[in-house]
Amino acid sequence: MKYGILVNEGPYQHQASDTAYQFAKAALEKGHEIFRVFFYHDGVNNGTRFGVPPQDDRNITVRWTEMAEQHGVDMVICIAAAQRRGLLDEGEAKRQGKDGDNIAPGFRISGLGQLIEAGIQCDRLVVFGD
Amino acid sequence: MSEPWEEEGPGTIKKFMYVNRKAPYGTIYALESLEVVLIAAAFEQDVSMAFLDDGVYQLKKGQDTAGIGMKNFSPTYRALEGYDVEKLYVEAESLAERGLSEDDLLVPVEVMGREALAALMDEQDVILSF
Repeated sequence: MKYGILVNEGPYQHQASDTAYQFAKAALEKGHEIFRVFFYHDGVNNGTRFGVPPQDDRNITVRWTEMAEQHGVDMVICIAAAQRRGLLDEGEAKRQGKDGDNIAPGFRISGLGQLIEAGIQCDRLVVFGD
Repeated sequence: MSEPWEEEGPGTIKKFMYVNRKAPYGTIYALESLEVVLIAAAFEQDVSMAFLDDGVYQLKKGQDTAGIGMKNFSPTYRALEGYDVEKLYVEAESLAERGLSEDDLLVPVEVMGREALAALMDEQDVILSF
């Protein structure tokens, strides 16, 4: 099956993004397709490369990056939610006159239309939130 | 026999339901949910919104946010009709539990019981829960 995933919570504070990751990983292992993971609300914070969790803990952002690189999963951060919360790629940083960007490899910033498209294209859209 | 999801082409119109469970202020879920609904309107899908639990407060008349320094975004619900978002369902039990009635709401809605709403959810292709 073709799955879309919506992650509505940030890393560490809520388990939602861990659960979303475990779900996506299990689906890929079973041979399903993950069409897209869309990060919304505080979920956009999954995509900051500036997080430095303790070494004996999981690194949630790195896990997503590895999934994107190994399985070609499209990791999309909502631009409107990202702008509120200070998540920027190089282009956005320039456009907004900010002095740096913080998006992690494997993620891209785009619009809410990408979420709706996932809902239309996928057999199932699974929402992970609080 | 092919599965139902294999028969859907790119021009498919799906049933999208946006489920709102949280109070309008206190967290950003309600506001950002509304942003999704407005963007999604451009995709010409079969859209409905459901309000339950504290989500019924999102539609309460006479919201005044001056004291909390936040924007009162409740007039936006009145604009939904212009986006062809006309199916608004409110759970009767959630209203009653909070001492509210249909007259307290700022837009025309269809009030329905928990079981009827559950049945309606069952008919949806995509449910986005905020």
